Amino acid sequence: MSTILQADAVTKIYGSGESLVRAVDDVSLTVERGEFVALVGPSGSGKTTMLAMLAGLLKPSSGAIHIGGQDLTAMSDARRTNFRGHAIGFSFQANNLVPYLNARENVELMLRLNGKLNRNTKKRVEELLVRLGLGERMRNYPGQLSGGQQQRVAIARALIHEPQIVLADEPTASLDTERAHQVVETFAELIHEQGRAGIMVTHDLRMCTYVDRVIRMRDGQIGQVVSGREAIDELATMYAMAS
Amino acid sequence: MSIYLAFKEIWHSKGRFLLIALIVALITTLVLFIAALAEGLGNGNRELIQKLNGELVIYQENVKLSIAGSRIGRSTLNSIRRVDGVADAGQLFFSDATMVFADGQDELDISLIGAEPGRPGEPAVVAGSQLGRSSSNEVIVDGNVAARRGVQVGDTVTIKVTQGTSEELYQLAVVGVTDGRQYFIRPSLIVPYLTWEKIRPQGENETNSGELISNIVVAKLTNPADWQRMAQKIEVEVGKVEAVDRVTAYEATPGYSAQQSTLDTQRYFTFFIGILVIGGFFQIQTLQKVAQIGMLKAIGASNLVIGLAAVTQIVAVNAFGVAIGAIGSLLLGASFPPGIPIVFTGDAVAAAIGALMLIGPLGGLVSIYALLKIEPLTALGLAQ
Repeated sequence: MSTILQADAVTKIYGSGESLVRAVDDVSLTVERGEFVALVGPSGSGKTTMLAMLAGLLKPSSGAIHIGGQDLTAMSDARRTNFRGHAIGFSFQANNLVPYLNARENVELMLRLNGKLNRNTKKRVEELLVRLGLGERMRNYPGQLSGGQQQRVAIARALIHEPQIVLADEPTASLDTERAHQVVETFAELIHEQGRAGIMVTHDLRMCTYVDRVIRMRDGQIGQVVSGREAIDELATMYAMAS
Repeated sequence: MSIYLAFKEIWHSKGRFLLIALIVALITTLVLFIAALAEGLGNGNRELIQKLNGELVIYQENVKLSIAGSRIGRSTLNSIRRVDGVADAGQLFFSDATMVFADGQDELDISLIGAEPGRPGEPAVVAGSQLGRSSSNEVIVDGNVAARRGVQVGDTVTIKVTQGTSEELYQLAVVGVTDGRQYFIRPSLIVPYLTWEKIRPQGENETNSGELISNIVVAKLTNPADWQRMAQKIEVEVGKVEAVDRVTAYEATPGYSAQQSTLDTQRYFTFFIGILVIGGFFQIQTLQKVAQIGMLKAIGASNLVIGLAAVTQIVAVNAFGVAIGAIGSLLLGASFPPGIPIVFTGDAVAAAIGALMLIGPLGGLVSIYALLKIEPLTALGLAQ
């Protein structure tokens, strides 16, 4: 296995003096090719801030982040924007899609941004959307799609340009249980199949059943790291105790 | 990429963009009509003087360049003609009269102008011939009269003037038609000066020294480029006269400058309103798109792509609106009957369209700046 993502002693500090907040405090982690990792924790634990830094959207106060061997923290803003466009795939919690582009065009957008849109890649867009169960929905605009369908379009967009790493922020936030499972299951399948590295920020522990590793964050630091299986077992025990 | 995004969005929100284009179209119509009105009214005041076939217009001294107040006699004309560098000069006589029509058409107020046949001041005809003898009952009619009332070369026209307490009618033979020569918002009839002297309106007991008194003299120079020096030279050598170029002369027409600057002010205000309206529209649109733009930047769209897309939209909507407005205005203008002082000239229309094309980019500056400032971090619901 080769390492795709490597974060070393990443720290993010907001404010100064009395009001100083260590949103992320000395976090190191690696994600390998073909590995799907969940970043979980209560709100305020620093998981979204961590994701923003891993995505090159936010500069760490200290520490280094390498994706595919390239140092994100050393890049200029313009270079980092370009890098995000071809090396990273994104799925967000809200405002995921461009409202004036239909499902197919939203996915093709990533190829357009990278100058890779051609007959072959267009065919791949179609195949991927079919695979995600959106064969009949390719010409629909985001406003005409359900939350789950929109999330699946976003997943297609996150993967279509063959990025090294895929980042998903709360992909199941607005979905019911059944859809949430469908979406994350397919996502995990594709990450494993295509050999990408994947990180999902979620507060929904049930989704951990599809990931290889669960990284718990609390107060800006990494707590326990367990396997997806262990996380689920723990959850089951908690439910049992509660009832 | 930018163009793709720009037009995809316009197409998806056709109604909204059409609305703003229509506002631009209305602003365009307003600006063009104000320009055309300025031109039309301006023409009505200045045409005759602007088109005089001499470089200098000479007034009596100390009359503030008022044609009505200026008196220049035959002897002064002769002094002007003797000034070295003056190729020729002619007297121009102004009064009002009314044209009457036998066929039931409404009467038409005109400027009755006396000119010396073959001398500066007599307009060149576009149809028919120039005036003949100085005392013939001939007339050259303004193109506006020809257009509005169907007067042609060979017709006889009747004019009504008040002399003393009675109204007198005179028949004049139309020998020529000239182009537009309005003065004081009235079309002109140009008659030989001796005929003018005979038929002009006059009081019961007007004093007449026996000398033919005109209002102004038009001088043609041997070297037109030298008009500034010649104006001074004439003033010095002839004495008690004031010589100016044609532009100064028509700008001194009572009310002309005030009218033009009023219309200019309206035009500038309309431009300004246009800039604010477009600016407001795109700024509101930008504020509504913050999350979406943040997402686009997060997934790798550069500021260049985002900025160019916005500029493309603004320019396209602006151009579309101006085009609709311009075509609409010209069609509407063409449907107006002659006599309404709306005149579209190529230069004025081109200048207005050029300026109108800038209202979008100027108005959009704020929103483009705002777009470039959006952080990609907003895609994750975080703010820097």
